[in-house]
Formats: sequence, C-alpha cells, structure tokens
Amino acid sequence: MRRVAVVGAGETKFSGAQTRSNVELFTEAAMEAMQEAGVKPRDIQALLVGNVLSDFEEGQQIVHAYIAESLGLSHVPANIYDGACASSAVAIRDAFIWIASGLYDLVLVGGTERAASMGTKLATETYAMYCDRHFEYPAGITFPGIFAMLTHLYAVKYNIPLPKLKEQMALVSVKAHKFGMLNPKAHMHRELTVEKVLKSNLVCQPLQVYDCCPFSDGAAAVILASEETARRLTDKPVFITGAGQASAGSLASQQDYLPHLIARTVAVRQAYQMAGRKPEEIDVCELHDSFSIAEILAIESLGFFEYGTGGEATARGETGLGGRVVINPSGGLKAKGHPVGATGAAQVYEIFHQLRGECGPTQVEGARIGMTDTMGASGSIHVNLILERGW
Amino acid sequence: MEYKISIEQYIAALKESRLLGLRCKKCGAITTPPRMVCRKCAGTDLEICELSGKGKIVTFTTVYVPPANRQGETPYLVIMVELAEGPWLMGNLAEVDPRSTGLELIGKRVRLIPRTQTTRDDRSSVPLFILDEETGHG
Repeated sequence: MRRVAVVGAGETKFSGAQTRSNVELFTEAAMEAMQEAGVKPRDIQALLVGNVLSDFEEGQQIVHAYIAESLGLSHVPANIYDGACASSAVAIRDAFIWIASGLYDLVLVGGTERAASMGTKLATETYAMYCDRHFEYPAGITFPGIFAMLTHLYAVKYNIPLPKLKEQMALVSVKAHKFGMLNPKAHMHRELTVEKVLKSNLVCQPLQVYDCCPFSDGAAAVILASEETARRLTDKPVFITGAGQASAGSLASQQDYLPHLIARTVAVRQAYQMAGRKPEEIDVCELHDSFSIAEILAIESLGFFEYGTGGEATARGETGLGGRVVINPSGGLKAKGHPVGATGAAQVYEIFHQLRGECGPTQVEGARIGMTDTMGASGSIHVNLILERGW
Repeated sequence: MEYKISIEQYIAALKESRLLGLRCKKCGAITTPPRMVCRKCAGTDLEICELSGKGKIVTFTTVYVPPANRQGETPYLVIMVELAEGPWLMGNLAEVDPRSTGLELIGKRVRLIPRTQTTRDDRSSVPLFILDEETGHG
C-alpha cells in the first residue's frame, strides 16, 4: 500500500443562504485547492464529491458530473457520496484507498452543500429523513432531538446535574465562536457568552439554539496525491497515516453503547491502529460538534478524556489554545458552519493548514499530528482520519 | 429470504396495540422493531412473539422545533423506552405535560396504548406510551 498525502486544500466562505449553485461553490473551492497544489484540471484523475441534498436544494441530481464538466476534468471517473454529515470524509477515505491501491496518483475530493438556502423548515425536514423512516421519524424526532436525548442520558449516566452540564455545553459553544471570530471563512462571526447560550430559544429540551450548529452553504476541496507525486509538487506534504470508517443504525439499535456512539469508537480505533498512534499524540483535532454535547461525547470517545469528564475538561480550557489537545480551531461546525456535504473536507482543510503552520491567530503551536472526526446522522456513518507532517 | 414480520405486519399489529418481536432460537434475544436477522447474534432462526408493551423510560426530549409531520403540534414528548424484554424502542409519551418534564421522567415505567386519536397512518409504526403507575415504581 502506497502512502498518500494532501497537497492542497481550498474552501469557500461558509455562509447563510446565498445564490451560488453547488457546482459554482465546489469549483471555487477546487480551484483554490488546485492552485495551492500547483496542479491543473487536466492533471486530475478522479473526482469524489460529498453532497447529500442537492436535489432538495436546487432540484439538481448528480451534481458531481456537472462539477467535472465545469472544471474541465478530462472525462475522469466521478462519484458522489451520501454519508450524511460525513459525506466528504467518506469520499476522502475512498480517495485515500484509490491512491494507496496504486490505481490513481492524483485525485480531487471534497464536498458542497446549500443547507441554508433550503430555509429552516425544509432543512429540518430533509435532515429528519436521515433518521429511521419507520421507527424514528414518525415519533416527530429531529437531529437536535436525538442529541437532546443523548444529553439527558449523559447527565444521568455520569451523575452530572443538568444545570452544570448545560453550562459546560455552553462553554463548548463559547469556545467555538471565539475561534470562529478569527476564521475569515467562518459562517458565524459573533461573540457568545454562557449567558447568551442559556437564554437562547429552546429547540429540543434541553438543547437551546446556541447548542446547535447552523444550516450553512459552502464547499471545501482537497487534492490527494501518491507520495511520489506529492514530493514533486510540494516540500510540505501532509500524509494521511490513519483512516477508519464504521456504520451503525438507529439510535435504539445502539443501546449497548449510548450515549457514546459505537461507529466512532470502531472508526477511531482503526485510524489509531493504522497510524500507529495513541490519543495523547494528537495535537489538534477537528471534530463533529454538530451540537455542544456532541463535542463532549467526541473528546471522550476519541480517547482524549475519560468518559464523563469531557465537560469538565472543556471548562478547564484543556481543549483551547495551549490546552492538552486543541479542538476545532476553525470554529467547528458550530461557528465555522456545517454545509453537510462539505464538512469532512473542511476539517481536512483546517488540519492540513494547521500542520503546515499557516493558521495565524488560531495556529496550534508546533502541531505535527492532527485528526479529523466526522459523524453522519445519529452516529450511523463515522470517519476518522489521522494526518501527519511529511517533513 | 424475507422479513419474518414485515414492517406492514408490525404496523398492523401496533394499530391493535400489539407489539410484535422476534425471538432468536439460537441466542434467545428479542428483536424489535423487525429486522432481517437477530439484533444480537445476526442469526436467522427467528420466531414471532408478542411483547408485553411494558418498559421504562431511559431518556427523552420535548420537541419545540418540529419536522413537517408535526407542524403546529409542539411541544410534544419523544421517549426512548427499554422494553421489559430488552430492546430499546423510540416512542411518544401521552398524558404528560411536555412543558413540565425533567430528568425525573427517566426510570419511570410505561405501557403501550393505542394511537386512537389520530387517523394519520404516518404515526402508526411508532408506539404511544403512557406512564404505568399501577405497577408501582421500579
């Protein structure tokens, strides 16, 4: 198996509803990635795109085929990935496998979404389609609802009074927004305080608006290359040294593991094993903070903190700059935004630039080893990638 | 190979307030809602059984921002029940004020009741429960 590196990454500014199409958004991110990598469209051998709802967003199916056309890719194989919120991470893991296998040398991979352009009503409705249609959806459950249920379960299981947990959750959102203020490409540029979070409207008890990530429009793209090609293109290749992926079903089907998500546990174990790394070696991690509780659960499942202590660790600043492991310096899904199909690629975009020391005010000092963590639906699809400096 | 209980049959039984499950002849586990194989051992030697419809609440939420099929009905309660026979099952809770619920709901016993007040078939595959106070606290 050959080694595979990220050699370029691009991203649009994430935003609320806007008028550029998914094809326009993705091609913008792709051109930025190609420019950074020093490659041209005719060099690209395959296109892998994460996008879940372009049909509802724009009435456009097979958006990947039209992206290939717009970019002038030479009739290369093009795939589209629906892994819910993990779509472009699934795509990147696939691209990694395509190149590692020896069959491809240079692949363009990423994702795009216009979730905000759908408006809250249609976005909430279409997201709910990712629940079990027969055994969850008819109960009137939504994604905030799923994570609200996990919040209650977590409070009871780890004996944390709900007001204390809600404050810890609020601190996750406050941290995210602090980072978001420093990210010019973030959707949200606003200061949050614990008080503001706790005063925001209830979405699904006990989650409030600022515990939840926004619906966003945006795209992100990365260029993956074989080691040989990567070293010709750049003297700062970032290698994908670990990749894991796992699946699970409805929330109820995961009863033996909740509130933690079994697909993450399985995926991250694969990633650590492949990379030969331990949690304490990760300097920076972009993880799936779709809801504040989701970050607390993630930092525990990824092995950074003991189960039941994630909120406490956050409150102590252990996940901010200077902390044990910096979580979501991009602002995360919460502040950077969450254009569903693009999120996995956006996480790789951040880690890539972090490891190359290019992040300015949010730079994690001396970051050498990073991780991405992308979760689809209620832990139904999960991808973890470990990335390391190749110099 | 087909589902031992089709989703259609499961729904039809729920409409009569009967909760169907599958007992695995290999490992003894009960699976509900219906799947192709045993939820524990993935075995296919399954027999249909009727469950008690009783369980306890393991977690819940009150929904204030609804999906399309619940517009105008908020707030309402979604609960996760651990059935007496083992499986967890998502459902709704009736006859409890959704606005005044807290963690005290967790651990409370519930039992299945028919969804009679709605003719909406799109609800009928998810059970409706009420608190089962008759059997005392668990």
